[in-house]
Amino acid sequence: MTTFDPVRFLRFSAGGHNGRLGLAYRAQGPGWIELELPYDPRLAGDDNGAPAPGAIFTLMDMTTSMSVWAHRGRFALQVTLDLRVDHVRRPVAGEAVIGRGECYAIAGQVAFVRGTAYQLSLDDPVAHVAATFMLMERGA
Amino acid sequence: MSGLPPYAEWLGITLDRDADGAPVLVMPFGEVVLGRPGFLHGGAIAGLLDMAAAAALRHALAAEDGARIEPITVTVDYQRGGRDKPTRAAGTVTRLGRRVANVEAVAWQDDRAQPIASARVNYLLSRAGSA
Repeated sequence: MTTFDPVRFLRFSAGGHNGRLGLAYRAQGPGWIELELPYDPRLAGDDNGAPAPGAIFTLMDMTTSMSVWAHRGRFALQVTLDLRVDHVRRPVAGEAVIGRGECYAIAGQVAFVRGTAYQLSLDDPVAHVAATFMLMERGA
Repeated sequence: MSGLPPYAEWLGITLDRDADGAPVLVMPFGEVVLGRPGFLHGGAIAGLLDMAAAAALRHALAAEDGARIEPITVTVDYQRGGRDKPTRAAGTVTRLGRRVANVEAVAWQDDRAQPIASARVNYLLSRAGSA
């Protein structure tokens, strides 16, 4: 059984959008993985300084993507088919946003994931997401 | 003034207008929006679509002072990989109610009829005079 190494993956993708956002590995457990989006005023979506919906979208796209690789025990090429974000409440400016992603099923070439974005407590979510990924290789 | 948020500037997005004066957002390709080598990051495309939808709604509400918009649900469908070229995005307000607005947005590179991704965004509105 191989394992997926999230820290190594983030180091590898540090040159692009993930690295510029400062996405960092935080934790993982059975079936889930967490990344952190540090607070940066340049990522504000409006005058109150809270991170833009797009930055939270990337956080949740990555943490749910990585939950698929953790589930499969390795990195493999996949593409996002769709991703829905429900913005439960507006994030607070000045605080990091944490994304927790979980791959709960893989059926054929499709991985099904869900996730939660929060700041101080998982019980007080900023956003919920549901997404599907197409696995671009056979023999999963 | 562009009316775009700091996050748009961070992504390198600029505001253009179509022939009817409706907003079109333009995002250059570069390291800040890079996903896997040679392709746009899906999250950067989503950010562009989100801001294009908001720009279309603000454009539709331009005659009203003090209207505030809050995105509640955002759904993005990915149709094609985004390549090493500029991406344009524009929104269409499909319904503008008192409390809720529905907006669709598309992002394209070569041909608007062949989007790389599209989004549906539902907004809650707070309008002056309706508390």
